[in-house]
Amino acid sequence: MDLGKDKMLEMYRMMTRIRLFETQVRDLATASEIPGFVHVSIGEEASATGVCAALRPADRITSTHRGHGHLIAKGGRLDRMMAEIFGKRTGYCKGKGGSMHIVDFSLGILGANGIVGGGIPIATGSALAAVVTQRDEVTACFFGDGASNEGTFHESLNLAAVWKLPVIYVCENNGFGEFTPMQTVTSVTDIAVRAQAYGIPGIVIDGNDVLEVYRCASEAIARARAGEGPTLIECKTYRWEGHVVGEQAFLGKASYRSEEEVAEWKARCPLIRFEKFAAESGMISAAELKKIRAETEVELEAAVKFARESPLPDPAEVTDDVFSG
Amino acid sequence: MAQITYREALNQALREELDRDERVFIMGEEVGYFGGAFKVTDGLLAVYGEKRVRDTPIAELTIAGAGVGAAMGGLKPIVELMTINFGLLAMDQIVNHAAKIHYMFGGRAKVPLVIRAPQGAGHQLGAQHSQSLEAYFLHCPGLLVAIPATPADAKGLLKSCIRQDNPVIFLEHESLYGVKGDVPEGEYLTPLGQASVLREGKDITIVSYSKCVYDAVAAAEALENEGVDAEVIDLRTLNPLDTATVVESVRKTGKAMVVYEGWRTGGAGAEIAAQIYEAAFDHLDAPVERVATLDTPIPYNARLEKAALPGAADIVKVAERMV
Ligand SMILES: Cc1ncc(C[n+]2csc(CCOP(=O)(O)OP(=O)(O)O)c2C)c(N)n1
Ligand SMILES: [Mg+2]
Repeated sequence: MDLGKDKMLEMYRMMTRIRLFETQVRDLATASEIPGFVHVSIGEEASATGVCAALRPADRITSTHRGHGHLIAKGGRLDRMMAEIFGKRTGYCKGKGGSMHIVDFSLGILGANGIVGGGIPIATGSALAAVVTQRDEVTACFFGDGASNEGTFHESLNLAAVWKLPVIYVCENNGFGEFTPMQTVTSVTDIAVRAQAYGIPGIVIDGNDVLEVYRCASEAIARARAGEGPTLIECKTYRWEGHVVGEQAFLGKASYRSEEEVAEWKARCPLIRFEKFAAESGMISAAELKKIRAETEVELEAAVKFARESPLPDPAEVTDDVFSG
Repeated sequence: MAQITYREALNQALREELDRDERVFIMGEEVGYFGGAFKVTDGLLAVYGEKRVRDTPIAELTIAGAGVGAAMGGLKPIVELMTINFGLLAMDQIVNHAAKIHYMFGGRAKVPLVIRAPQGAGHQLGAQHSQSLEAYFLHCPGLLVAIPATPADAKGLLKSCIRQDNPVIFLEHESLYGVKGDVPEGEYLTPLGQASVLREGKDITIVSYSKCVYDAVAAAEALENEGVDAEVIDLRTLNPLDTATVVESVRKTGKAMVVYEGWRTGGAGAEIAAQIYEAAFDHLDAPVERVATLDTPIPYNARLEKAALPGAADIVKVAERMV
């Protein structure tokens, strides 16, 4: 598949935006400038980016508690995201949602989600709506390895398979659900094999290789668009940071993974990987990548400034928006 | 008496019951190696081993249902739901199964199951992580509902719950785990269905449970400075509900207020108010008031969250209006 240089640069920009945004959020939470219950996705930038790059603007996604990356990859604005995490009135949800509930429906984002597995049936229903209204839209559903043990995962795959819904299920397998190693609570090594039980394709891919993610997602999306039904894509990846920022305070001396393991995965950094590929391919210069980083830094700085300077919601707004209309 | 935290008190209760009865075991998400999301089961795995302290997949419906089945199979499961918000995924097994099995099967099967779950707001965790859902369980016949406020009651009630033969929803408040209080040395049980009168007073009865009890006590102290003598009752369990203690108090004061962190509408306060009307209508000098969470999902922003939740200042304001 020939990606073209523009697409590649766009993906690098998205990964960079996610990396810098998440790093900033981590630091702000550590400094207690924002409430300390944030889940960041540093190290997992490629799966969000590769999948969303293969989607069209009208296509939809559902996300998770670790959702900043998905939202950014689907086009979310850093300033309004940051303002939401600051709990400001200018945030995507007027300060009512917070880190786990950021949303932008105009971009096809159906919401981050604080309930593990909660987005999976919603993605399935979103795909159903596309079929019923004859809109040529695919829904991509992000979730973790831990979520694949919830009933919603199994019920959704079955339903989407039976109804041949245009949805792709993207399991970001980072090896842990909170502090529990996946293998201690999961019956299979590869989540993707569970697709067989529902008669749909399931593939395991290197979730830190944005180009591979893009290629595989594109194929699954094409299948979905052609009316051939869902695909389960398992992206093997790793979160560099804790389950939540500040988990050390909670864990104390206990640890659930070795420093070597973290270092090993850091060596497989999705961004460095792409930079190496760019250098080897000769298509993209180091200066072009550097420029993207510099531009993203400026964008992020403005986003933080915007969030800091935005007004807080008025307490009287607390009862607004319970119902529409 | 030793001063220990609510968390430590629960942990002691679990240890004592695990020691006492080998049928008792614990299961839930992160309860073993990491000692529970709120550290209530800290250290138990090391002492009791993996057979009795089991880490589960993230699968609340099946965790609760496996608790039901294990209880029917002769064990005494203590299921921890990481928070009550995720317990909503387990509602079918709790309501359609645990609560009904004894009755529906003509009294022939028992479900001695304790489901523990933290709940409550106040930490900017947003709408899906901040709920107080005791009313959902109170509404369902066949479920006992324990909801302790103090470390001593947390320990004594949990032990009582483990020792009896019905399904119990045992609700802890996330903000209380670090709260310290006097806990009796040695073995004791706190009976289900007995409210405790935390403060005697003659002007108004403030009925509460869980974290709001502390707000009620703080409000009573503030009211004292204004010459209002408030009685504070901690219900401790919602089913059984100790209406007698509440009614006795209302007969004396003629005024009652219910303070709780669930949503105002359809909350436990509505039931308690109705029971007060039924049993003490002639003694009331004013309508029973409810001080509770506004009927909105809990917002994330700290200011909004504070505006949504009941606090001592709200109690004082309503009490001033009533007396
Ligand atoms: C239904 C439900 N159960 C439990 C939780 C608490 N919880 C939040 S994240 C998480 C782990 C999820 O693991 P995974 O799906 O692998 O996602 P990851 O955090 O690794 O990205 C758990 C147990 C929750 N939010 N929702
Ligand atoms: Mg995971």
